[in-house]
Amino acid sequence: MSERLSNRPPETGALFARDRSWHPPAFTPGYKTSVLRSPQKALLSLDGTLSEITGPVFGHNILGELDDDLIHNFAKPGESAIGPRIVVYGRLLDERGAGVPGALIEFWQANAGGRYRHKKEGYIAALDPNFGGCGRTITGEDGSYAFRTVQPGPYPWPNGPNDWRPAHIHFSVFGHGFAQRLITQMYFEGDPMIWKCPIVRTIPDRAAIEQLIAALDMEATIPMDARAYKFDIVLRGRRSTMFENRLEGN
Amino acid sequence: MAQALNRLKESPSQTAGPYVHIGLTPNFCDITGVYDDDLGRVMVNDKTSGERITMAMRVLDGTGTPLRDALIEIWQADAHGLYPSPSERRGAADPNFQGWGRQATDMDTGLCTFETIKPGRVPFKDGRLMAPHINIWIVARGINLGLNTRLYFSDEETANAEDPVLARIEHKVRIPTLMAERKGGTYTFDIHLQGEQETVFFDI
Ligand SMILES: [Fe+3]
Repeated sequence: MSERLSNRPPETGALFARDRSWHPPAFTPGYKTSVLRSPQKALLSLDGTLSEITGPVFGHNILGELDDDLIHNFAKPGESAIGPRIVVYGRLLDERGAGVPGALIEFWQANAGGRYRHKKEGYIAALDPNFGGCGRTITGEDGSYAFRTVQPGPYPWPNGPNDWRPAHIHFSVFGHGFAQRLITQMYFEGDPMIWKCPIVRTIPDRAAIEQLIAALDMEATIPMDARAYKFDIVLRGRRSTMFENRLEGN
Repeated sequence: MAQALNRLKESPSQTAGPYVHIGLTPNFCDITGVYDDDLGRVMVNDKTSGERITMAMRVLDGTGTPLRDALIEIWQADAHGLYPSPSERRGAADPNFQGWGRQATDMDTGLCTFETIKPGRVPFKDGRLMAPHINIWIVARGINLGLNTRLYFSDEETANAEDPVLARIEHKVRIPTLMAERKGGTYTFDIHLQGEQETVFFDI
């Protein structure tokens, strides 16, 4: 797990402070489940020790051949998942704009009908026998990543009497420090459901919400196969460690 | 006006939702055949050095009810206080120890169990040693941004008393919220999201 994946020297600086006004607050009564699950006392601020600036690194040995292909990684041989075929691609960056190489990104989603493969799922939409809903990849040297999937459907959920989630893909992202750990969701350009969603609306700033909306990119489509959506993800940046005399990327 | 700093904003967090298992522990939720095993399930092997411990954790909501749809990740040093990370410059950590673990809480009981080793002491930034501790990250439906906390060991009184992070906690009455209690080889640790016993969470 400590395999080095990049030629860049390891980073040892502390992370930039998190801008918590850009993230959703813990207590967001429009999203009812947050009410009893939100800490109410002030957080204890801690400038990164080794425990926060270090983090696990994953080697390509964990990856299977179809891990980045949700159309096929659960399908019977010769079959494929049903739904609009898409490629999702982008870069994992830090707040300094530098690509984050060798980072594990995991994703999960409902099928094209909006149904999750999960025993707690109650939506009446049909399961697709050829769709599992999970995938993962590791970013390249410049932080780039890509995977194939089907566009997920919107789905209803018990919150208000008639709340629906916009189509979305969940993302779990590792940086190089445990304090960079992030889970977020990707939405699709032009979806009118985005602005009605109580979970989207936990984010206070419209520009922050727009940061989670992937752009349709017709130049990156695979003709007669799949359309493409571009989704960049940004993790916290790091301070340079001056004693190492590395100011680039500061 | 001055020049722009050209910094990007961190992508805003969104809840992991109730189906986090599909992505992060698919075998746990019966999606088999995609990944051989769930990542982070096993942290030790028979060559790992250090004292074997079991940690039994729960996450409790504001009514005291255990969350049955949470996911916990832990990150800890090896028995000698070294992290298995490229950013660890003091030496090579135990190659037989993963340092990182991931478990879902049981869908019936809310219990979450990690088989690991007791970590060694890691220096604080000024060189003082921190007490043995495990870093914890919690996500779940209803949690909008992953919660960070630390687990300390209640039977490490001397080390805990000189720990520079615990010393930062103004209300000393809250320090016990970070202490795992030992019963045999098992440490139990309840994380309270709200209420009088609310766990100290960190902005790290
Ligand atoms: Fe979802």
